[in-house]
Amino acid sequence: MEKKNKYSIIIPTYNERLNIAIVIYLIFKYLREFDFEIIIVDDGSPDGTQDIIQQLRQVYGEERILLRARPKKLGLGTAYCHGLRYASGDFVVIMDADLSHHPKYLPSFIRKQIETGASIVTGTRYVKNGGVHGWNLLRKLTSRGANVLAQTLLWPGVSDLTGSFRLYKKSVLEDIISSVVSKGYVFQMEMIVRATRKGYHIEEVPITFVDRVFGSSKLGGSEIVEYLKGLIYLLLTT
Amino acid sequence: MKQILKILGVLLAIFAVWIGLLEASVVSQSYVWLLPVYLVLSLGCYGLLMVGIGLMFFPTCPQEAQLLQKEILEAKEFLSSKGVDMGSD
Repeated sequence: MEKKNKYSIIIPTYNERLNIAIVIYLIFKYLREFDFEIIIVDDGSPDGTQDIIQQLRQVYGEERILLRARPKKLGLGTAYCHGLRYASGDFVVIMDADLSHHPKYLPSFIRKQIETGASIVTGTRYVKNGGVHGWNLLRKLTSRGANVLAQTLLWPGVSDLTGSFRLYKKSVLEDIISSVVSKGYVFQMEMIVRATRKGYHIEEVPITFVDRVFGSSKLGGSEIVEYLKGLIYLLLTT
Repeated sequence: MKQILKILGVLLAIFAVWIGLLEASVVSQSYVWLLPVYLVLSLGCYGLLMVGIGLMFFPTCPQEAQLLQKEILEAKEFLSSKGVDMGSD
């Protein structure tokens, strides 16, 4: 008999009270047939995110949802490291709490991994059946420009570098995350570029991305500067 | 090998071919002198073209936003009935 894999879903949160409840509801709705746990890394949200997690643990079971809070905002990269320490699955999924990543795609990540034996399955918005909702022309232009630049200079081997909806073999995530230094959303780009350089088998699945339903997403001049700095850093170090 | 070295390697190879063409003078020298300009121009065109194509065929998913709205209501209803505090934030 085949051993059933366990999946640990790590979700960093900061003031995502309503969103995280809906995300957890949707995970349980779409992953019924799989063995999984959800690890919430909350950075001391003042909006009661942790209270609602405790209520959700009563509904869905305390061993299915783990709350591993940190006292204050400490950044995305370290949030994954923190969550990873408590993960008991063979595979780790990382996703955002803001509903831009829909849990209904999780089964296709898992199936793709099983079919191909890949070390990493990454969601891509820029292929058939993928897509983005809620971006204006300027946002699309920056995104395409950034992507063409990165594809030309970095040869990353994946079509969506800054997407952060991914499934990793646990040992692979542990290996890569230790060598990643970037913060913010350059972090996601560095993760996948380093994985490519290390020769890990990476597969892609289409996902759709609905930009923040509650609250607004931010992309300003400083993000573009950060992105370019990240690009140069990766050119020199990978 | 670091990525920057790979790119420099490609540039160096192109440079070597160019020098070769200059020395061999199989084609007219004035053409060969202009080749780097053409290279830069075509690289720029490639970039603009790729961004243009990407923008023209940018995949969007308005129906996903609607489906999500429905599921948000569904989630709120279910969780409220289980006693989870789903009041607005």
